[in-house]
Amino acid sequence: MPETTHEIPDEQRDISFGRLPLGSTDARGNGWFGMAALVVTEACLFAYLLFSYYYMAFHFGRDWLPDELPGFKFSVPMTALLFTSSAVVWIGERGIQKGRNWICVAGLSGGALLGIAFVALEAVEWADKDFTLSTDSYASLYFTVTGFHMAHVVGGVLMLLTMALWAALGKFDAHRRDPISIAAFYWHFVDAVWIAVFTTIYVTPHLFN
Amino acid sequence: MPQLPAQYTQEPEIGPITQELRASLAKTWEGETGLRGWLGTVDHKILGIRYIITAFVFLILGGLEALVMRIQLAGPEQTLLTPEQYNELFSMHGITMIFLYALPILSGFSIFLFPLLLGTRDMAFPRLNAFSYWVFLFSGLFIYASFLAGAVPNAGWFNYPPYSLKQYNPGMNIDFYALGMILLGISTTTGSINFLITFLRLRAPGMSLNRTPVMLWGTTTISVGNLLAVPAVSLAFFLLWLDRQYGTHFYGVEEGGKPLLWQHLFWLYAHPWVYIIVLPAMGMVSDILPVFCRRPLVGYSLVVLATVTTMILGFGVWVHHMFATGIPFLSLSYFSGASFIITIPSAVSVFAWVATIWVGRPVIKTPFLYSASFIVMFVIAGVSGVMTASVPADLQLHDTYFVLAHLHYTIVGINLFGVLAGLYFWFPKMTGRMMNERLGVIAFWFVFFGFNLTFLPMHWTGLMGMPRRIYTYPAGTGWDLTNMLTTVGSFVMAFGILLVLINVMQGRWFGKRAGPNPWDAPTLEWSMPSPPPVYNFAVQPMVASRHPLWEDRLGEGTGRTALDRGPMLDKGKQQLITSMFDSEPLLVSKVASDSLWPFFATLTMTGFFAALLFHWPYAAGVLGVLTLLCGFFWNWPHAQLEQVAGSQNA
Ligand code: HEM
Ligand SMILES: [Cu+2]
Repeated sequence: MPETTHEIPDEQRDISFGRLPLGSTDARGNGWFGMAALVVTEACLFAYLLFSYYYMAFHFGRDWLPDELPGFKFSVPMTALLFTSSAVVWIGERGIQKGRNWICVAGLSGGALLGIAFVALEAVEWADKDFTLSTDSYASLYFTVTGFHMAHVVGGVLMLLTMALWAALGKFDAHRRDPISIAAFYWHFVDAVWIAVFTTIYVTPHLFN
Repeated sequence: MPQLPAQYTQEPEIGPITQELRASLAKTWEGETGLRGWLGTVDHKILGIRYIITAFVFLILGGLEALVMRIQLAGPEQTLLTPEQYNELFSMHGITMIFLYALPILSGFSIFLFPLLLGTRDMAFPRLNAFSYWVFLFSGLFIYASFLAGAVPNAGWFNYPPYSLKQYNPGMNIDFYALGMILLGISTTTGSINFLITFLRLRAPGMSLNRTPVMLWGTTTISVGNLLAVPAVSLAFFLLWLDRQYGTHFYGVEEGGKPLLWQHLFWLYAHPWVYIIVLPAMGMVSDILPVFCRRPLVGYSLVVLATVTTMILGFGVWVHHMFATGIPFLSLSYFSGASFIITIPSAVSVFAWVATIWVGRPVIKTPFLYSASFIVMFVIAGVSGVMTASVPADLQLHDTYFVLAHLHYTIVGINLFGVLAGLYFWFPKMTGRMMNERLGVIAFWFVFFGFNLTFLPMHWTGLMGMPRRIYTYPAGTGWDLTNMLTTVGSFVMAFGILLVLINVMQGRWFGKRAGPNPWDAPTLEWSMPSPPPVYNFAVQPMVASRHPLWEDRLGEGTGRTALDRGPMLDKGKQQLITSMFDSEPLLVSKVASDSLWPFFATLTMTGFFAALLFHWPYAAGVLGVLTLLCGFFWNWPHAQLEQVAGSQNA
């Protein structure tokens, strides 16, 4: 590929850009960057949610927390589920990069299933609580923070399933696979946010004790 | 990068602009016709103009609300409005001006201008662009539907709890505002993503960051600001809605809620918002002034740096809106100090503009008049801003008309005057016709005198202690004269705006034909016919300096900008993506064609919010699923867009 520089010569007769990738290939189309920007703003959303949590927590101190602090019975398996799912999705993405369509389909749907299991476990934990959304400000924040995260998991699951469907329909190959990388990126982000949520809701209260 | 199969690559053909090239491009880029075309268009030029018109309609609505308030306040003990009606009017005036006019109008200019200034053919995500517009329009309609429902938001644009909580506002009024704002947040976010990626990846080859027009810097900076700040306000309104509808305890004082949490979340967005509505306008003025001064902007790099710095600092000062809430002293001092520091970058810009005028040979045309008066307003707003940034003064001035005067000098002076400068300046590009200069100047003087007559006396009203948000005042307070002046001024200004509108209509239908470059301006958009063809640039320009059209005159740059010969990119709707910093060609991308999905997605999404408003869970469920389905089909991989394995139709 001949190099071009941003210094454009006076004589434009023999300028050439060489062969450039066409459309969305693994050379990163706009979509991936768009998703990166979306991730930034979603990350801020969680930052503000956690800000609200800590704002209340620092203001009211230990009394604010419920008698029975959120434990690890559900949250640790949930964390494990999400981490596994990230790995599985990664394998799926590698699959399409190598041109193995079925690995991709399996990886993405596997990740989605693990995500669904996560949501199910969280629902069980919600049902297990002896307070509700409207009990007090701690309860409101507990349900809102975890609920927001759950909604993002659901969104990610839908994306993964869509990509699995498209991959199964043979829409992608080793080079035309932008949407899969984009969905996988989002999924890893959802998992990363869980770490912040997990630390805030499940770990820090025990530090106050 | 792994080797791509040949069918996934293309070598852009380099060639001159010819009649055949134009004809074939026009055929490829022509959108659909009729209703389908109207609802489905993704052309940034059409969308930009729609944005501007819609925002202008909201400006007029907000202006009428202001005029009614001013009649009520013209003299003491008026009875035109009940206290409740006054509350609704000032709330809707603030909401409209802030969220439905000031920000969207700048987006409109940017959407129209981005691809033209960058030397490309459309935005990075054309369908998302259409979606942003529709969502903006529908969120405005959503909020204004509160008038039909007889439940108008009445707690001010800042909407503080506890007054905005259900106990004090039981109807649907605040819910219209809360849900409408979340909807609008979606529009702002998608718009910001689009600006950011367009700026980073679609600059013409050679348009490195230090050759990019200031206006683009302004919009890009605030787009990042939006991405960081909009979630705060969307969350604030969402939590409020939960409080009102599901009995959560975020903002009420019972069960451990904190009203101040609202203020933090709200001002975390609403202070940076001030920059969000002024930085692109400052960018516009920075690009317009040099044209009429016949020389480049003095201190380009400093102005760009000031733009970015202002935004960054803007995130650290939100508490200066909360000086009177009893927060700790240390916090007061920090936020007061930080607010003073913001004046430094602003001063840099002011000096750069003044210097540009000083060393230039100004040609006094309407856009110049608006730009120059913009600087005056900017300084007055800055001075009263320093006064309110000082804690002891603010405690005295808080919630008086002084603050209102400061706020209007900022918003009207720096936003509206910038917008009007931009309107007069780019009107020939948008419509292909000139506006009448004589009428333009007359309208300018009405707006300028009207504005100052309205808001200068307000400083005195405030210093004499008149509180804001009161629907009337007793006689004998000494506030009568200044209030009367203010009311007269507001009508003079409104008349000026009316003349501007007449000027627009007259120019649109009867104006003189404008050539490609009626102002003799230096940037890329003026190198093409007015109005621009659907495909913008027949060949992709290659840029070699900051002022591509002034190169002969200035002798700057490393080579010669190429405008009539270059990559033709005519195998389908194509545009070039370049690298983030140096703008070197990276890949050829396909631009999406017209589509109805963005419109349908907006319809179902707005329906979803309406269902939430009315507590119809099943309808909400169905509409939510439909919205997702719209997204599913919208993003369906297309061979035509080079998104599908094995496809190659070029
Ligand atoms: C002819 C022009 C205008 C006039 C006469 C006017 C007048 C007023 C009046 C009378 C109030 C209410 C005062 C109170 O009782 O507190 C007000 C508030 C306000 N105005 Fe304007 N205004 C004008 C233009 C604008 C514009 C262009 C903007 C923004 C782009 C704007 C933004 C606001 C805001 C944010 C408030 C505060 C609302 C609140 O307290 O909730 N105004 N204006
Ligand atoms: Cu502020």
